[in-house]
Amino acid sequence: METVITILSGVLVSISTYMILSRSVIRIILGISIFSHGVHLLLLTMGGLKTGSVPLLGRGAESFTDALPQALILTSIVISFAVTALLLVLAYRVYQELGTDNVYDLRGFKDDL
Amino acid sequence: MIVNLAILIPFIIAAFIPFVHKKITRIHIGWIVLFVPLLLFILLASFIPSISDGQTFAYTIPWIPSAGINFTTYLDGLSLIFGLLITGVGALVVVYSIYYLSSKESLTHFYIYLLLFMGAMLGVVLSDNIMILYVFWELTSISSFLLIAFWYHRKRSREGAQKSLLITVAGGFAMLVGFIMMTVMTNTFSVREMIGAAGEVSDHTLFLPALLLILLGAFTKSVQFPFHIWLPDAMEAPTPISAYLHSATMVKAGIYLVARFTPVFGGDTTWFWLVTGIGLLTLFWGAFNAIRQTDLKALLAYSTISQLGMIMSMFGMGSAALHNGYSPDSVVYTQATFAALFHLVNHSTFKGALFMVVGIIDHEVGTRDIRKLSGLITLMPISFTIMAIGSFSMAGLPPFNGFLSKEMFFTAALDTGALSIFSLDTLGATLPVIAWTASVLTFVYCMILVFKTFFGPYREEKLERPAHEPPVGMIVPPAILSFFVIAIFFFPNILGNHLLRPAINGIFPTFAAAGESLGRSISQWHGFNTELYMTIAIVILGTILFLTLRYWAGIYHLFPEKLSFNALYDFSLEQLETRSNSVTKSYMTGFLRDYFVYIFLLFIGLTGGAMIFTGAFDFDISGNAPIATYEWVLVIIMFSAGIAIPFAKSRLTAVLLYGVIGYLVAIFFVLMRAPDLALTQIVIETVTTVLFLVAYYFLPEWGKENTPKRTKVTNLIISLSVGAIFIVVALAVQNGRLFESISSFYENAYELAGGRNIVNTILGDFRALDTMLEVVVLLIAGLGVYAFIKLKYGKGNQNLEDK
Repeated sequence: METVITILSGVLVSISTYMILSRSVIRIILGISIFSHGVHLLLLTMGGLKTGSVPLLGRGAESFTDALPQALILTSIVISFAVTALLLVLAYRVYQELGTDNVYDLRGFKDDL
Repeated sequence: MIVNLAILIPFIIAAFIPFVHKKITRIHIGWIVLFVPLLLFILLASFIPSISDGQTFAYTIPWIPSAGINFTTYLDGLSLIFGLLITGVGALVVVYSIYYLSSKESLTHFYIYLLLFMGAMLGVVLSDNIMILYVFWELTSISSFLLIAFWYHRKRSREGAQKSLLITVAGGFAMLVGFIMMTVMTNTFSVREMIGAAGEVSDHTLFLPALLLILLGAFTKSVQFPFHIWLPDAMEAPTPISAYLHSATMVKAGIYLVARFTPVFGGDTTWFWLVTGIGLLTLFWGAFNAIRQTDLKALLAYSTISQLGMIMSMFGMGSAALHNGYSPDSVVYTQATFAALFHLVNHSTFKGALFMVVGIIDHEVGTRDIRKLSGLITLMPISFTIMAIGSFSMAGLPPFNGFLSKEMFFTAALDTGALSIFSLDTLGATLPVIAWTASVLTFVYCMILVFKTFFGPYREEKLERPAHEPPVGMIVPPAILSFFVIAIFFFPNILGNHLLRPAINGIFPTFAAAGESLGRSISQWHGFNTELYMTIAIVILGTILFLTLRYWAGIYHLFPEKLSFNALYDFSLEQLETRSNSVTKSYMTGFLRDYFVYIFLLFIGLTGGAMIFTGAFDFDISGNAPIATYEWVLVIIMFSAGIAIPFAKSRLTAVLLYGVIGYLVAIFFVLMRAPDLALTQIVIETVTTVLFLVAYYFLPEWGKENTPKRTKVTNLIISLSVGAIFIVVALAVQNGRLFESISSFYENAYELAGGRNIVNTILGDFRALDTMLEVVVLLIAGLGVYAFIKLKYGKGNQNLEDK
């Protein structure tokens, strides 16, 4: 299963890379979000899958799955949510101020170039 | 110990200057600053008796002992001479500056920079550890930069400061490399130990590069040809600074370095010819160019260049004595070094005084243009007297100290020219000839300084203010210096025996060890000898040239301005700017995609390259957990949803597909025995999808990407490679477990943290601080979101960025 999940996260990373390279801000943000999904799956896979029971004590389990990646991912989910929210609002504000969501048109001022 | 403290005192006081300045407004801050150099001067002067008895003082404060870098000071005759000059001239300059600068100037800056310089310069001459020496060396460059740009609203000040910084710091870097080479050769950071190991290094392959690089540092600092171009531009600094940094002390740091390293490199042919040759060339070129200057300060700048060249060349000549090691015959050639040390002191006295008088003229009359000045003698008799003393001393006339050192210079040039080493038997005659020619030119510009300024008809209409004597406080410092100019002439041996002899013993340690008494008794009269005839010829020819100046001044126009070193400097600076600008522009395109492409390509190149290069790829699926059929189904659904997103026609479809992926991830979390993650993922996924939908309300429908096909293909290739490398690395890492997981530690969660949910105890107890910072990140993001939505430009500055 580990190999399959790894390949799956690789596919997600590929898709997100493709999205990040596009012009529309929304596509880029979507790409970044998909990227974090891929990474989360990978992190969890790194600890080994189904090696024990749910990491809850007191239920008579002998061994547990690796709890450390889970804690990391929990943090990461929250942070990537914050990033997505900020990026979306940034896109909103950019569209409000400059009237475009195309990053090719966001190249600074003409006299800078 | 006390010497280490002496270096640090100026820095410490400088830190307090702003506070003192705020508290004490009634008296000029300069009077408080004055105590520093005065105190240090008295402190250093108290060492004179023991130094002249041949003692030296060293003290080490360990700093980074493991790297061999210690704050070691070493006080001997040579550093004492410099130390006394720095503090003595420093004290006079501070007094002078009190009257020179009006209290409206930003005096705190001025005195902080000045103290910074004073401490740094003391550090240069008193440090024994070359790394410490280097740090102080660059600090002098920086404080010089700050002081030249003191009037930073002037363009010329800024340019002059930039020029001096670029040239001296570049030289400093070269010197640092040279120092490191020295350390490699001698295995020590201590200058004294390097001198001790001098005999062993001369065959080393790094000997010549180290020699050249250290000389580069010394030459840039001591304005030797062709690096002299920064000094005239440095004259934009306030005159007290020109008098202090750019004639008496800082520009002599290079000379100090040459003197310090003479025992290591002296006797080498390259060293002899470079130091002597460049010195003589600088002597001539400076004197030659000084004559054509119309600005008094520029004239003094070129004369400083010329005089420094003279001192430099004498150190070069003196180094010849070391060529064959110690022998009673070669002692005579050390006289050149003795003369150099003597002239070093003399130059500081008369040049300091001259700068101060020029400052007085500038301050009182409002101009320092020779073409406008004339006839000031009746109105400024005291200034005239000081100027005349300084100039005649520089010209080498009796009864001033410059006469003595110039005679000794001629002696040295004649003696060295008659040597038979270093192919001097063919070239030797040029030495006294160049020395003599340059001295004639020196005489001419000294006369210009005195006669053009003070004689002739007084024309007040050309001046900004009518001429009159300055306040006493501005007269006293140059008067004290010119007193020394005369006093040293009559009692040169007080200086010679107490300071110069100990210094020269430090430069020729092998000679001193042989019991030789180096240095000599300086006398005013040697009988009718070649040197005296040379001086008489200088006076006669110089006077003729001065009187006929306007007939031959045309030769200065023979040199086209375009071929000067200044033009070369300007050209390189300009090219540097345009070239680097175009290089930067070629890759900083402003397209977000390009920057992402750089990042991804680097990832592909480095990580992929490393994988292939090291053969780290390792693939093994035997330890995998089994996959149930429904898991396969989930995988396939997720896979298809992912692939479909880039092809989605409408953004709504895309975000729905994105939601599918998110919830599937949550299901996978369940399958992977991570209930907390699944819960969080479901909540967050829901909120995120809502957020996307809200954003869609405000944003336009995503249009068709009208990207060219080639770009699309490139993007595809890049993203496929990134994914492939990602997978390969991940698989390799999974199979390469180097050590056991530390997770078992957390399985004692109940005993350690009192919680039964291991993941929760990690977040809430073991790594609680991380979680708190994570909340801080959320808070910052929240603030950002709020600011983006709520804050708008004020009406007034809406177009601020456009202008």
